[in-house]
Amino acid sequence: MVEALRLRDDAAHDEPAVTLDAFLGQSNATAVRIEAGDDARLLLPHLDRLALIEVSFPKFRDGRGYSAGRILREAGYTGELRAEGDVLVDQIPLMRRCGFDSFAPAAPVDPAALERALERYDHVYQAAADGQVPVWKLRHG
Amino acid sequence: MLRMVPLPMLGRNLQVYQYDTYDQSIVDARVAEFRDQVERRLSGHLTEDQFKPLRLMNGLYLQLHAYMLRVAIPYGTLSSTQMRVLGDIARAYDRGYGHFTTRQNLQFNWIKLADTPDILEKLAKVEMHAIQTSGNCIRNISSDQFAGAAADERTDPRPWAELLRQWSTFHPEFSYLPRKFKIAVIAADEDRAAMRLHDIGLRITQQDGVAGAQVYVGGGMGRTPMIAPLVNDFVPLSDLMSYLEACLRVYNRYGRRDNMYKARIKILIHEIGVDKYRAEVAEEFAHIKTLGIDPPQAEFDRIAAFFADPAFADTTADAPVDRSDAGFAAWLDQNTHAHKRAGYTIVTISLKPTGGIPGDASADQIDAMADLAEAYSFAELRVTHAQNIVLPHVRSADLRAVYDRLVAIGLAEANLDLITDIIACPGLDYCSLANARSIPLAQKIADRFADPVRQRDLGELKLKISGCINACGHHHAGHIGILGVDRKGTENYQLLLGGSGAEDVSLGKITGPGFSEDGVVDAIERVTDRYLAERTDGERFVDTYRRIGMEPFKEAIYG
Ligand code: HEM
Ligand code: SF4
Repeated sequence: MVEALRLRDDAAHDEPAVTLDAFLGQSNATAVRIEAGDDARLLLPHLDRLALIEVSFPKFRDGRGYSAGRILREAGYTGELRAEGDVLVDQIPLMRRCGFDSFAPAAPVDPAALERALERYDHVYQAAADGQVPVWKLRHG
Repeated sequence: MLRMVPLPMLGRNLQVYQYDTYDQSIVDARVAEFRDQVERRLSGHLTEDQFKPLRLMNGLYLQLHAYMLRVAIPYGTLSSTQMRVLGDIARAYDRGYGHFTTRQNLQFNWIKLADTPDILEKLAKVEMHAIQTSGNCIRNISSDQFAGAAADERTDPRPWAELLRQWSTFHPEFSYLPRKFKIAVIAADEDRAAMRLHDIGLRITQQDGVAGAQVYVGGGMGRTPMIAPLVNDFVPLSDLMSYLEACLRVYNRYGRRDNMYKARIKILIHEIGVDKYRAEVAEEFAHIKTLGIDPPQAEFDRIAAFFADPAFADTTADAPVDRSDAGFAAWLDQNTHAHKRAGYTIVTISLKPTGGIPGDASADQIDAMADLAEAYSFAELRVTHAQNIVLPHVRSADLRAVYDRLVAIGLAEANLDLITDIIACPGLDYCSLANARSIPLAQKIADRFADPVRQRDLGELKLKISGCINACGHHHAGHIGILGVDRKGTENYQLLLGGSGAEDVSLGKITGPGFSEDGVVDAIERVTDRYLAERTDGERFVDTYRRIGMEPFKEAIYG
């Protein structure tokens, strides 16, 4: 497995993620993996016992996971939220805005390019799941 | 904290939105980002497959012969300074032409990849960009080209469009949608923006003194054309961003990813039904509304202030316009519209001279139009979805001077909304997806109907040509539409009748078997002859078609 690139301070969670079906069917698992077509809302009743949610991005063009990320954060999830799969360096800033704080790209990411990408924009136009203050709020104090 | 600082670039007293330091920093960062991406592509760190969505979100397409750069002209409004920079870019980086498109943007057809960061930098200096003019994201917002000038508008739709531009720019959740997403905003009864043929169409209204929008969702052209149904009759301004996020989130989560031809929101709504879609949006909205993502009224007011009326002169004592020159009178009748202010007129400059390429303008013509705007229209211009240019606020006393200047630069064609005011996509001359050529056919049709008396006699007749099923030329919405198809390896054209992209929106129907290039021109002539024989007083072509149906026209065409 690829070492995840974590943008959070707590220790990595070492329990392997189970599928959504397995998670809902049984278990006191604390890590779950959802596929792009899975309904993230099925996890909402269980968020307080989850430490890691891995969201699969099967193709970089498939953007369903961006909504899944925001839905989980909007519902108050604070654990690790990992984007896994065809995750490209230029997408990571957007994923961060949707609440992802951990990344497991299938192909290696150039750390220098990632750093540049993450620091590129000082301002954003809209509120999302990352707490950045949108410019309309800055404009009106 | 950084405060809002207006930037001096475009000059004061302009009725276009002007960037503050926030807007400018975002657009500048975008240029730096794309420069970085282009470098990584040129050095081989990005594959073409990975680079493609990045360049598309900066409006850069790979066409048959070169890269094409599509520059955003948000809601079709631009200043003369911006227009001039487009002319400069055409001269320095293209072959001296710009092409105005059906989505109120501008395309350069002969661009080198390595030049694009410099071009974007030049654009950013005059508060322009190519952000989200392509790709599976929320595209440039389109609107009524007569906004802020039309006699029939309830309010100016552009502040709404600018609010949407900002909200949709680099939207983190909606940058990798199932498919492209187009939004149009209008605020008049007459629909000059094909609002219901967009993924989302908004019509600004009021209810009990509160401003809001009717929301239509799920229109579009392409291979499966659909007219957007009404999803919500009134969403107040204070809820609009939350409501639109709900509309998009439902789509992003459920929209199909398995088949790109079924990925548009129109297909989702068709498959689940508008009632279910509406209910899902309502549920999502109830949740999103709690997040506090709607900008305050003060932000709307800040934006709206940029679009205040220009300093109109007191024109009540102006002498009536002298119509004794027949050419000038014909142009007045065809290419001008009523302004909300007495003594002012809206002028449309036709980019459809006989023999020309629909929507093309040379760098010199672009400059000349900028000059005209400066001299006669408060330095403001508009681009129309029919690929023409508008001078929104011309003093009626200046119309003759404007006309004379247009004659001198070859742009005084008096054919607005007539059969030679053709919308045509790039077709086989440029586009890698094309089945057939569009531009030479448009030229042939314009030639056949070149006689101005004949055109005027035929009256309003919107003719639209697409070189393939993707419908970039809006053929479904043409009173007469033409679709290029591939028939056993040769170019073939299908003819459609009865479409409309206006407030009487409808989709055209195919007449029957297709034609060769010359054959389709003949067929159009048989159609217009039959119309002349059948029409009653005051009926436009499309009215006659709606009254008598397809059969008489079929009979005229196929005998
Ligand atoms: C030459 C390069 C171009 C390519 C490869 C291209 C490609 C496409 C494709 C694939 C579609 C279908 C999208 C769908 O149904 O989901 C489409 C639709 C469209 N394109 Fe283009 N296009 C090009 C140029 C243009 C130009 C120059 C214009 C404007 C003049 C334009 C305006 C449109 C419009 C209005 C639609 C219909 C949108 C709808 O379905 O609602 N395209 N284009
Ligand atoms: S309609 Fe077809 S041929 Fe014309 S520009 Fe669009 S994709 Fe190309």
